[in-house]
Amino acid sequence: MSPWLFWPLITIAMVVVILGLILAAGFTVFGERRILGLLQNRYGPNQAGPFGLLQAIADAVKLLTKEYFLPGFVDQKLYKLAPVLVVVTVLLSFVVVPIGKGISFAADFNVGLLFILGLSSLHVYGIFLGGWSSSTKYTVLGSIRTIAQLISYELAMGVALLGVVLLSGSFSLEDIVLKQDIAYIFLQPFGFIVFFIAGIAETNRLPFDLPEAENELAAGFNTEYGGMPFAMFFLGEYLGIIFISCLTTTLYLGGWHGPWAESYPLVGVFWFALKTLALLFFFIWMRASVPRVRWDQLMSFGWKYLLPLGLVNIIATALISALWM
Amino acid sequence: MTEALLQTLAQRFGAEPYSAVSYVGAPSIVVPLNQLHDALRFLRYEASTRYEMLVDLSAIDEAGRGGGFTLFYHLLNLDSAAFLTVRCPLFSSLLEVPTASDIWPAADWYEREVYDMFGLRFSGHPDLRRILLPDFWQGHPLLKSEAGRATERPDPFGYDPESLNKILQGYMNPEQGDDGEMVVNIGPNHPGTDGIIRLVLRLRGERITSLEQEIGYHHRGAEKVAEFHTFHNYIPYTNRIDYLGGVGGELPYVLACEQMTGIEVPPRAQAMRVMLAEIFRLSSHLVWISSLGHNLGAMGPAFYAFMEREKLFDVIEEVCGGRMHPAFYRIGGVAQDLPEGWKRNVLRSCDAVEERIPELEALTTKSYIFQTRTKGIAVYTPEQAIDWALTGPNLRACGFDFDIRKKLPYSGYEQYDFDVPVGTDGDAFTRTVLRIEEMRQSLRIIRQVVATMPDGPILSDNKPRYSLARKERALEDIETMIHHFIEVGRGLPFPRGESFFPTETSKGLTCYTLVSDGSANPYRVRIRTPSFAHFQSVKAVGVGDVLGNVICLIGSIDYVLADIDR
Repeated sequence: MSPWLFWPLITIAMVVVILGLILAAGFTVFGERRILGLLQNRYGPNQAGPFGLLQAIADAVKLLTKEYFLPGFVDQKLYKLAPVLVVVTVLLSFVVVPIGKGISFAADFNVGLLFILGLSSLHVYGIFLGGWSSSTKYTVLGSIRTIAQLISYELAMGVALLGVVLLSGSFSLEDIVLKQDIAYIFLQPFGFIVFFIAGIAETNRLPFDLPEAENELAAGFNTEYGGMPFAMFFLGEYLGIIFISCLTTTLYLGGWHGPWAESYPLVGVFWFALKTLALLFFFIWMRASVPRVRWDQLMSFGWKYLLPLGLVNIIATALISALWM
Repeated sequence: MTEALLQTLAQRFGAEPYSAVSYVGAPSIVVPLNQLHDALRFLRYEASTRYEMLVDLSAIDEAGRGGGFTLFYHLLNLDSAAFLTVRCPLFSSLLEVPTASDIWPAADWYEREVYDMFGLRFSGHPDLRRILLPDFWQGHPLLKSEAGRATERPDPFGYDPESLNKILQGYMNPEQGDDGEMVVNIGPNHPGTDGIIRLVLRLRGERITSLEQEIGYHHRGAEKVAEFHTFHNYIPYTNRIDYLGGVGGELPYVLACEQMTGIEVPPRAQAMRVMLAEIFRLSSHLVWISSLGHNLGAMGPAFYAFMEREKLFDVIEEVCGGRMHPAFYRIGGVAQDLPEGWKRNVLRSCDAVEERIPELEALTTKSYIFQTRTKGIAVYTPEQAIDWALTGPNLRACGFDFDIRKKLPYSGYEQYDFDVPVGTDGDAFTRTVLRIEEMRQSLRIIRQVVATMPDGPILSDNKPRYSLARKERALEDIETMIHHFIEVGRGLPFPRGESFFPTETSKGLTCYTLVSDGSANPYRVRIRTPSFAHFQSVKAVGVGDVLGNVICLIGSIDYVLADIDR
């Protein structure tokens, strides 16, 4: 393909994908509200459009048309940068996820996994800076918790991922998916558990939604945000959930693998979406069922259980693959 | 109270039995001011029956009964459930009363309230400020000389700029130093406080180094309001004291009135009262479990609990007509008889709640995360429980088997077979387990009442002098019509006397102290609420803990804002 055609096409594809992802995040919010309603014996939003399907659009329009309010006491540059950072880092992460055989932007990027880990750390910076630059007490407490949370799950997450890398011999997500004749959840059950729990912590979802624990910190790190910037945080959070679900699917559930996926890539996309949706449902289910842990409990859990489990997992994987494979 | 103890008190402190007017509900002694502090200390630590808990402390402005003031202390011995009222006459508000807060820490807020309401000063009190009213308030509302209507007061509304500024300054960090601490205001509006209340926390990281509570945002002057209502008319106010407790709040009031007048309540009305009070206990506990869950970040319990509460309200509505505030009890009985088919409906609601309890348990006490958040968290030691006058499930969680329904049965509770669950650890988890078990026991009581509901009248007729004329007859004969018309408006003069009645409401010990000067309006109504004492104790337990645990603590002690501020 000539470069003259390549770049316009890529740009169009990027716009389409970004819009698609934002819509997906919007509908995740809608889906979450409906499913929570279902789980809690109530309806949830069902008025806007058939089955309330337009609720996501309505929410988006409402948040977009709100007045942009800049509190006087904030650090303006960081305050404006934080929501952007939150959204952009997650959107960028999707670049390396293969959603079907050969369907992705850069799934063969040979350090894809490291790229994702780097972006996820930057994502946390967005949350941290958002709370810090707001310079009020609740937001600062939220920021402190974000960092406390980060150092307690990040290491475990990285260690868990090494198990996958050992088995597949590659940092490229495409290779990892192609190597999964057996989904890695069966070969790496502990790695999967450690990674997924760390993933929940990464996305600040119950039971690990400490940075915004509303009963303790009002709204935590985003207390001082409203309108569009708040919508960006919201978007970032839900994109994050979608991304962690996609990544878990890719790394542990065999990605797009499934019947007929080899010969028809679009069927692969279907399998991929199905697995991702199942994980998304799990996220929502968790939210309906469990209370929140305390931040020091998360830290001790991360350091005392997740990290040792991850380390044991990686040593066992290394020994087994060295001796038998 | 034994004769021997009375003798000792008389010899050592010059105490004598109170005899000016009849006082029913507890033994009462009068102690002179100069011996008061020693007598109280003696009663707590040395007496043969130790009155270890300060249940209530308040005052009466005696301007209409001979001048001066009367301070009264309601003390309680837990083992024998013996109450004792210690009275101390004051001839002038200029006299300083020695503080009791060194004997009972719980006296702290009660004395502040007396200062706020009567202007009486306590010497040696650590922090004698207004508590329910704002600092710039003029006057002391419960004095008889104070106007009871807002329209009679001099320009009551609006802040003067100076006072407003002072209030706003109160929200700032006074000494913003570099000591690594910061002051955080939780409230007055905050999702974790279940109402308008303010906690001023000083935090180092997330650890609390000092904590101060500010209440009074919900103060409606219920005790002052009572003085302008007739005895019969005041009932609807009483179920708005603890607005989740419904008729549970009416019960101590009507019982105190009946005790004062000698009205005998027919058995059917008693059984109906017990049944409704227990239904409200259930509904109050359901709200409590949802708000504790919410404080800990769990969404689920709230929805499940409120669904069942709705079914209970269906029954309440069918029987009483109202839902949260039925105003159903009358002095001498209840407002109307049970509707047709009530048995089936009550039992159906009971079954629905019983089926839901295991689900609530699965979401709370059986959930691992909930356990780690509540076990060993917000622990009251037995000594703290006594010092801070905890009652109800909070006290029982500390290992005290104390339930007024068992110890001093009222309204026919002795006929029903139920257990009082008692815990040992005094932590938030025990309080949760106990309340859930209490819900089961309430269901047991309700089922027994349904099975044994006696027939007969629902209003007493043994003291027509103090009972309103029967409404249903008012449209049939002119005499009743006239009496009903006049008595509802003007009220019925009650006999001179005083009456004290404690009951076990869903939150703890609710006591009413009524003073009648022989007119149709109460001379003084004192409402002792459990939430006031419970919330006062947050300071004792919260300091040194982390922020998340304090939210768990204030969720687990079950307070209602209106019950604190009255």
